[in-house]
This record gives sequence, structure tokens and C-alpha cells, in this order.
Amino acid sequence: MDSSRSQQPYRNGPTYNFVQPSPAQPASSAPFDFSQGAISTNGCPSSAPGRVPVVSCSENVHISADYNTCSRTAVRKPLPSPCIHPAFPTAPTLAVQTAVTKHLPPVYASRPHSMNESLRSQAPCTLTSPSYPMFEPSSNWQNTEKLYRHQDDLKAAHYGLRSTPSQTPSAYGQQASCFSTFPNSKYEPIAAQHGGVSGIPNTNAQYQLSEPSTLQQDACLSYNHQTGLGLADADYQDGSSPTSLSSSGDSESDGSTTTESPDPAAYDTLEGGTEPVSSGIERPMQKASGASHIATSGWQGHSSLPPGYLNTGSSTPCAPPVQVGPPITNLTGSLTTLGLQDRGVSSGTPGRTKFSGPVNLLQEGSVAPQQPVDLPQVALSHHLRKLNCNPEVMRCTLTAVPQSQALLSKAKLPLGLLLHPFKDLSQLPVITSSVIVRCRTCRTYINPFVTFMDQRRWKCNLCSRLNEVPEEFMFNPVTRNYGEPQKRPEVQNATVEFVAPSEYMLRPPQAAVYLFVLDVTYSAIESGYLQQVCAVLLENLDRLPGDSRTRIGFLTFDGSVHFYKLQQGLTQPHMLVVSDVDDMFLPTPDGLLVNLQENKEIVQELLQALPATVTQLCDTRCAFGPALRAAHLLMAAVGGRVTVFLSQLPSLGVGVLHPREDPNRRSDSQNILHLGPATDFYKRLALECSGQQIAVDLFVLGNQYMDIASLSCLSRYSSGAVYYYPGYHHIHCPIQVKRLRADLHRYLTRKIGFEAVMRIRCTTGLSVHTFHGNLFVRSTDLLSLPNVNPDAGFAVQISVEDSLSNCNTASFQAALLYTSSKGDRRIRVHTLCLPVVTSLSDVYDGADVQAVTCLLANMAVDRAVSSNLSDARAALVNAVHDSLSSFRSTTSNLQQAGLTAPSTLRLFPLYILALLKQTAFRVAISTRLDERVFMMLCIKALPLAHLLPALHPDLFRVDKLSEQPSLMINERIVPQPPMLPLSSQHLHLDGVYLLDSGFELYLWVGRNCSSSFLRDVLGMPNYFSLSPNMSQLPELQSTASQQLQTFIAWLREKRPFYVPLHVIKDDSSERKRILQHMVEDRSESAPTYYDFLVQIQTHVCK
Amino acid sequence: MFVATHNGPQFVCGQAPPGDGPMGQRGTYAIKVIAFDELKTDYKNPIDQCGTLNPLVLRDYCIHGLFCVMFLCASEMLTLVLNLPLLVYHVWRYANRPVMSCHGLYDPTTIMNADILAYCQKESWCKLAFYLLSFFYYLYSMIYVLVSY
Repeated sequence: MDSSRSQQPYRNGPTYNFVQPSPAQPASSAPFDFSQGAISTNGCPSSAPGRVPVVSCSENVHISADYNTCSRTAVRKPLPSPCIHPAFPTAPTLAVQTAVTKHLPPVYASRPHSMNESLRSQAPCTLTSPSYPMFEPSSNWQNTEKLYRHQDDLKAAHYGLRSTPSQTPSAYGQQASCFSTFPNSKYEPIAAQHGGVSGIPNTNAQYQLSEPSTLQQDACLSYNHQTGLGLADADYQDGSSPTSLSSSGDSESDGSTTTESPDPAAYDTLEGGTEPVSSGIERPMQKASGASHIATSGWQGHSSLPPGYLNTGSSTPCAPPVQVGPPITNLTGSLTTLGLQDRGVSSGTPGRTKFSGPVNLLQEGSVAPQQPVDLPQVALSHHLRKLNCNPEVMRCTLTAVPQSQALLSKAKLPLGLLLHPFKDLSQLPVITSSVIVRCRTCRTYINPFVTFMDQRRWKCNLCSRLNEVPEEFMFNPVTRNYGEPQKRPEVQNATVEFVAPSEYMLRPPQAAVYLFVLDVTYSAIESGYLQQVCAVLLENLDRLPGDSRTRIGFLTFDGSVHFYKLQQGLTQPHMLVVSDVDDMFLPTPDGLLVNLQENKEIVQELLQALPATVTQLCDTRCAFGPALRAAHLLMAAVGGRVTVFLSQLPSLGVGVLHPREDPNRRSDSQNILHLGPATDFYKRLALECSGQQIAVDLFVLGNQYMDIASLSCLSRYSSGAVYYYPGYHHIHCPIQVKRLRADLHRYLTRKIGFEAVMRIRCTTGLSVHTFHGNLFVRSTDLLSLPNVNPDAGFAVQISVEDSLSNCNTASFQAALLYTSSKGDRRIRVHTLCLPVVTSLSDVYDGADVQAVTCLLANMAVDRAVSSNLSDARAALVNAVHDSLSSFRSTTSNLQQAGLTAPSTLRLFPLYILALLKQTAFRVAISTRLDERVFMMLCIKALPLAHLLPALHPDLFRVDKLSEQPSLMINERIVPQPPMLPLSSQHLHLDGVYLLDSGFELYLWVGRNCSSSFLRDVLGMPNYFSLSPNMSQLPELQSTASQQLQTFIAWLREKRPFYVPLHVIKDDSSERKRILQHMVEDRSESAPTYYDFLVQIQTHVCK
Repeated sequence: MFVATHNGPQFVCGQAPPGDGPMGQRGTYAIKVIAFDELKTDYKNPIDQCGTLNPLVLRDYCIHGLFCVMFLCASEMLTLVLNLPLLVYHVWRYANRPVMSCHGLYDPTTIMNADILAYCQKESWCKLAFYLLSFFYYLYSMIYVLVSY
């Protein structure tokens, strides 16, 4: 056992006291096996340390060897045409173009105006009032008008969906296109395919629309499908007009909303779990009952059928109360029937109203939800609730804000926001207006929650100041009426985007600049990542977001730093080597960052030749710090994005890191060391980069200890992203190769915002306390984000400083000011409005348990780094203790024996227990330090929706998908099996289960699973012929196979990163990987769910 | 007896370089209090602010350490005992500082956390009060010594 563990660093210790499975699979078959990779970083055959290897027939490299001795001269080797560099074997036939005109487009500041002029002249419709043409420019005049006129038609179309679902996409395509036409003609085919918008006049498109409109994003997002409108965003694309922009989570209460927000894709709230496949889209009716039903079905089902550890005497043949985590062989078929009955009971009462009283957790049994948990309903008027911000963009932990700090501290719940501000949205009103109306005192942007005192004055909802309504604002471009400021899109949408005038620019908007810093040390070449990176980059070179000014550059490093001169006029790329790593300088003033459009051929040539060139180098030293310094020097003038690939610990020059992890202490239960950085070099560099609007994104590929704790500082403070591919090898680890390719594809093509700042404003009396995420806090409420990407999430803690007694609602506004890749300055504003409450029970009723858990996880990460891990774990447990005991004290008249919790916090103990067993916080289970630190980074930097399955995985039974209800999403029928509690009790030997742990999918195949499933889905004649390390399902024609494939594809689409699939046999040693996610069972360091509840109870009742 | 006891403070006041004595330290802390307030009220970039504050930290600690050594030399046990907790706190604080290559305590990436900012501000106020009180105590001691001669 020990030996196998040491060979397989990814395995954890035995998690459960199961009967040892039959023959353990050979270690070498593990997908994450490192032993086979055997990439020795010191195994470089030829090079003596300190010498650059001399490669024959390469004059280029040859010179660099000489010059290793002379210090401050760069070797500039213009590769005379007779001398053929092996990398660039033939002089390319580069069409000689005219000299590079380096001029930037004229005066940026005046752009919107000049654009307006041009648009005005082009706009097909007549502007009756030329002094108010400021709203949506362009041809969109017409479209917008069309949009609003078609609103009723759209509704009709939605109703018609039941009979003709194929209308959906086209309807949405039109909606989306009304506010966002396609910036680039290459996206039009997709658009046309889905929305038929190609007929829309598209002049000046790059200014009018919500830039890389989501269709573009989704086209990129979909790794293996062509669905157009992405599901990740789909539930934001409901009401097309500003009047009906409603967030999907809000409308479950009233049946009347079904007419208002008929979005077929808001699948997570609408599904009651009862419809058969054929009635897939019958949702307008289901919505009201379904959502409330979801909230209670698990509760109800289990109360009627007590599970194994329930104290009440039960005749159901389940495991006795004392036996938790029973051997899997004990599971009988009767449990299967229990499970089925369970569903039967819950589906039998779909119309149940929301249960709101306190819940006795100990009698409740398993509280794990069967359906996605619905959000607590915001106690606002129906009108305001409909206007409120999409909860996927901004979500508050307490949807009822306590009035005073005293009340908040009594509730013992954290108050904070979870933000996903740059999320790809498919329906985003973009407003071009000469005047952006803001409060004169607090600079809040006008939003749906302001009050219009009369026609001429509005009252700010954050500071209560009375402001004048500017003259331009009186004109409503939608209705083209004067004197209706309330109907302006700014006042009708909680999420809007302004095209900012020149007052919002400190300098002309920067061009998109991309620099790639590639590791070409021996171990990197050995891992073969460079071929993949170059290939993906070549494929996506045209899809990099940007305009005609886009610039690109490359840098490689081993023991020295190599620059590539790509300037036009050169026949082939020149490689310039600087080996003076202690004092980095740029070998040539220009030509290193070149215009992509004008120099595309030479860039392509470099990418094609690079993998072959660098195989000649075999330097084992890694001058990472100097390479970063060089990148900083190169980018300092312009700012932009630096993408860094690294596959071994930096060993030369500044920023040297040393292995800090002691492999023998991976399963320590006491203190986990080295969670913080070893050096502040990377942090200081990141801050310097941040000051110059440079973000550094890090791709870590090493198979050794990589000290992510130190390296990640680079990205954390420059608002970058970190990707980690442990054990990457092009032959031995195909899963990681697939992940890298897919992630890189998304990374390169996703939307990007440059030189961004985000400010979060709150109602007077509230103040932002602490920020979480990859960012640098520049002042109390201002975040500096050199780059912002659509996959970044943020969290903030909020404190109540003054009493909110004089206001009924509290508002939060996040304003993100950024430069789009098209070179215009934009402000994306999200506003969230919540009621203020005075009683503790209202605070508890409004608690959003998922947001609370995520915020607590963020805080725990901070605690773990600044103090230690056991402190963080204790703090998490205390959070449950405190909130439940304070709830108990509020309901003292109830005084039950059990452990009561507010119904909104029913899942709180379960989530916290899951968090304690999560990779980031678990102890006593062997966890690699890098893995742990990376998970902590993810907790801080991922948006809530992507993080949730990583905190509490989802388990589905998938061998009988045809019996499950399903939904029609984008013309695909996606089965919706209920989620199962995460306990091995629910894993039956005759079933097949899919576990979605956020970053990985596991398909667990039971030993006695039906042969039809094996045959139809896995393509295997019997269980024994199943390969133990399968990572892909075969494409089979059977219905079962297609259903499962669709389901898996649907799960994957929800995340912007690639989620690999592992097929795990019940009797393989890989089984531990799925069992470690069974959070309701006992693990080495954490109790079962029931024991955990008992612990809490003893603490609470003290 | 009394002369011996109060010799130290007099010695200190006489020897300390102008501006870097207790007065200098009070000045330092006044600067710090102002600086943290500036941060709080959004006037200055945390990187710059930490850059100006960090060099002061070690200087302050060294001066205080020097005082303690001089009190020890002058066998000023009472004064030394009064100063010892602060000395221990300084050592503890500096040992637990964030990973930094330069001297100092304040990390621009964490200083804007409301908790840490409030802690630093409170610390600065407390130390300002302590140095102010000890200044008057030293002054009193010096005058006492002068008068008793």
C-alpha cells in the first residue's frame, strides 16, 4: 500500500474502511502516473552546467555560445540568407509589404464623437430630434426599435416553443443581435446559423456592440460542439427588452412572471423533475411550482423515508445507525428501491410551497439537494426583483441586509458579495451617450433603483442625494419620446455597459498586446508542450481578440533569454540571445513586439519552426526571473497580457526557488507548511507589472514540486490566471495534453479587457472590508485589474459601519472600467438592490448558503496562508457553531432537543463539512502541496458557479438516463437525473454513477452493472474487459450512449475550462479518487455528516 | 539612590542625536498615523505609502533597542522593565512580518485589508501614546536629577 502510494502521488490514503478491492491495478496504468514520465531535469545528456550548448550548423546559437562570455552585448544574428538556421530552413517567400506604419489611429479621445457623426450619417432611420441621438448609435437604431416592437412576437414565439422548439435559437439570435452585432465578419456565419442576423447592416460594428458579443464567446467556448448560444450564459438571455430583463432566479414565486421571462434555457430553476422527455419544454407552467418544489423535495423525501442513520426506529432495510460508511458489498437492492421510492414521493408533490420554518437537522437525515439549490428569494417588490442584477453576476451572502453591525454580528454570518463582473452575457444593453448620468456626490451610475422625484430630479439610492436629470437624458431613444427618463435603458437594466467618453481615459486606449514567454529548458522540451502551444496558437492566431493595432511578441528562456525579432521586412525571424541574466536588457529597441496583422506570415513561420528549433537546446537551467524581467521591460511602455509557460523550478538569476515540500509530510494532520510564498520577488514584479497595466497569466506544467505558492503571486496581484497541469507529458499523460489544448483555446479566444479598474460602491453606512480574487487593491474600494477576463470571479467582504435605519433598501454597484480589445473604453455597471431588515429571523431567512460557504472558503484561505491550516479549519467549524447557536438563541421558545437550523441554512453544515474534506483544507490525507495551493487559488479566483461543484460535488446515477426527466436545451434533449447524496451508501454495485467534482468527472462503473450499459455506452462486452484507465467514452449510436454524451457535454459546457472524464471500475484502486469526494462518509480526519451534526449539537447546546 | 536611578534618562536625553530621540520617534508615529489615515481616505497609493513607511520601521526598532541597551548600561531597571514589553513586541512583530526582501513590515498587497489597516493604525496610536508618556517621564526624571544635584 505504501509503495503504491509513493508511486502515485495523486492517490490519497484509504478514505474508507472498505473491504480492500480485488487486484490493485498496476500503478503504471494510472492516468496521473508520474513514474512513467520519468522526466529528469538533470538528465540532460550533453550540456555542462554554465555552458550554452553549441549546435552545429546553427550560426545563431553558435554565436550565443561565444557571447556567453561577453556581457552586455546582445547577439544580433541577422541570419544571412546562405546560412540556414535549422529552425528556418528556407528563406520564406514573404510578400514584401510597405514599411510598417507605426501610426496609431488618430486621436482616440474623439472617437465616439466622430463615430457618432459617421453613424448618424449612416443611420437608416431618420432622427427626429438631432440633439438627442446619443443612445445606441448606428444601425441599431433600427434594430432596437425592431427589438421593442418584436417583443410581443418574441413572447409569442416562446409560447410557441412547446410546439416548435426550433424557433428558440432564432428568436434569441435576434435578440442578441439587436444589441450586439458581430464585430468581425468571421463570426457572422455562426450568427447566421443561429440567429439569421446576417441581414442586419453591420457598418461600424466594432463600436456598437457588446464587443466580442457572447456569440463569439460561445463559439470559442464550445470545445466540441457547435451550439452557438452558450449554455453558460443562456439563462441571462431572457427578456429581450429592458422592461423585462429579469434574472432567472427571481421569478419562481409568481406564476405571472412566466409570461415575462420565458427563457427556455433557465433550466436550473425550472425543472420539477417530473416531466418525461417528450414534454421537455413545458416550462412556463412548471416554473412556479417546480422551483419551490426543488427546495423541499429532498427534505420531504427523507423525512418520510428515514435514511440509515436516522434515530427513529425504521423498518427499512438500511444500514444500522452506528455503521456509517458501510462496506459497499452491504448495499442491497432494497436500497435501490428506496432510492426510487424516494423520487416517487418527491415527484408526487410538486406543488408544495416553500418550507420556511426551522429545520431539525438531526432528524432530517440527508439534506443533500436533488436538484440545483435555488436561491433565497429577495424580499423586494415584484417590480424591483425583476430589475435586479443577475445572481450569476453579483450575489450577496445575505439577501436581506442587516440594519446594523450589532445585528450582523449577532447573526454570525459573513456579509459579502460574490462577483463575476466580466461574465459573458448574451444580452447586454450597450449605451453610447454623450452624457453618463452619475450622482454628483458619490459618483454612482444611474441605475434602476434610483427614485425619480419628479421629471427633473432623481435621488441617488446610495447616498440619497438629489441630482438633476440632464437635458439629454430626458429623451428616450427607445420610445423616442421626450420626458421619459424612467424608461431609459440605464434605468431599466441592472447590468448595462456604457461606451465611455474621453474623460474616462488617462491615456489613449491601449491596443491589445500579447506576449508569450515560453520555457525551452530541457524538461520543457521533454514534456513536449511546445508543439501543442504553438499548434493551438497557430489555429487561433486570427481569433485573438483585437483590432488592427494588435501586437504580439515571443520570448523563450532556458539558461538565457531569447528574443525574437519579427519585424516586417525581415525574411525570417531573428533569434536574439541575451545570456547576461543578472542584468536584463532589451537587445533591440523595436521589432520584438510587432503588429500581428502586418506580420502574420513571419509570426506563423516562427510558430511552425519554434518547436523544432528548441529541441536543439538542452539547457537544464531555468532563468525564469530574468525572462520575466525582460517581459516587463518589453511591455512596460504599452501594457497588455503576458502568457508564461513554466515547467521547472526557476534556478538561475533573480527569483530562484527551491523545493520546499517534504513528501513525507504530505499527510500531516497538524501544520501544513509553506502555503505562503518563499520570496517576494514575484509579488514585487507583479506590482510593478500592475502599475504598467501588464497582467501575467501562468501555465505551470511541471511534474515536480513547482512552488505554486510563490509563483502564483505573479498572477494574483496582476489580475492574471493560473493554470496547472501536474505531470504534463505529451505521451504519458494524454489527459493533460487535452486539457492544455482546450484551456488554451478558450484562453486565447475569450474576451479580454485591458487597463481595467473596478470600483464597488455600497449604500452609505456599508463599506467594503476585504477583497478576494486576483487583483490589487489600490484604495479602499478601487481594484486595479491590468487585464480582466470573463472567467475571473471576485469576492468582497462588507461591513456595516453606520446604521441603515434611514433606508429600506441597500444597494451595491460594481463598475468595471476597461478598454475593450477593439480599443474603446467601456464601463460595465452592475447594480444589486437588497432589502434592509431589522430582525434576526429575517436575516436568516435571506441567507444564501452557497454564497456564504464560498465567502467563508475565501476567508479560510486567507487565514490558512496568514496563520495556519488548523486555524482555518477551526474557523470554518466555528462559523457553523456560531451561526447555529445564535439561531438557537433567537428561537429559544422552540427549544427542541435536536439541532435546529433555519431552512435557508439547512445545507450549511453539509457544505462546511465538504469544505473540510476539500483538497485545499483537508488534513491527514496525502495531498501534494501544489495541488492544495492551486485549489486555494481556485477558491479565491473562480466565480461561484464554477467553484460550487468543487466544494460540494454532484453525484448522478446515469445508467438509466432514459427513465429520467429531461430538458430541451438548444435543440438537444439533456437528461436531468436527480443528484444523489454524497455517501457511498448510494453507490450500488449494479449502477453507474457520474461524479462531477468541478475539475474532473468520474464515471464509476459498478461491478454488477447491466451488460446493456457496458455494451451500449462503453462499447465493452463485459465488465472485465473494461480498461481501468479509460478517459473517453466511445462514440456509439445507441440512445443510452448519446444521452450520456449529451449529459456530459452539458456539464462541461457550464465551465470555461476542460473537465476530463475518468472511467473508474468499482474494483480498481482508482476507486479512492471517487470515494474521497463522498463527503457524508467518514474520512481520515473528518467525521461523517451525522457525527459532525452531533458534534455541532453538543457545542451548540452547551 | 535617586540620582543613580534617574541618571539614565538624563544620559539618554543628552546623548541621543537630535530628532532621532524620543521626539524623533514620536514624529515617526505621528507620520504613521497620518499615513494610515491617508490610506484609509484614499489619498495615496498603497505601494508608495508602504515605500515611505517601511524604512522607518527598522529605524524605530533600532532606536528603541538602543535605548533599552543604554538603560541596561545605566542599570535603570525600572525604566528598562517599562520598555521591555515593547521590545519583546518589536522582536515578535518583526519575526512575523510578511515575506519581504526589503526591510519593513507593511506589505502593499495586504495593507488595504480593513483588518490589517485598522490594526496598524491602532498600533501606531498606541505607540505614539507610549512614547509621549515615556518622553514626559524621561523629562521629569531629567529635571528631577538636575534639581537634586
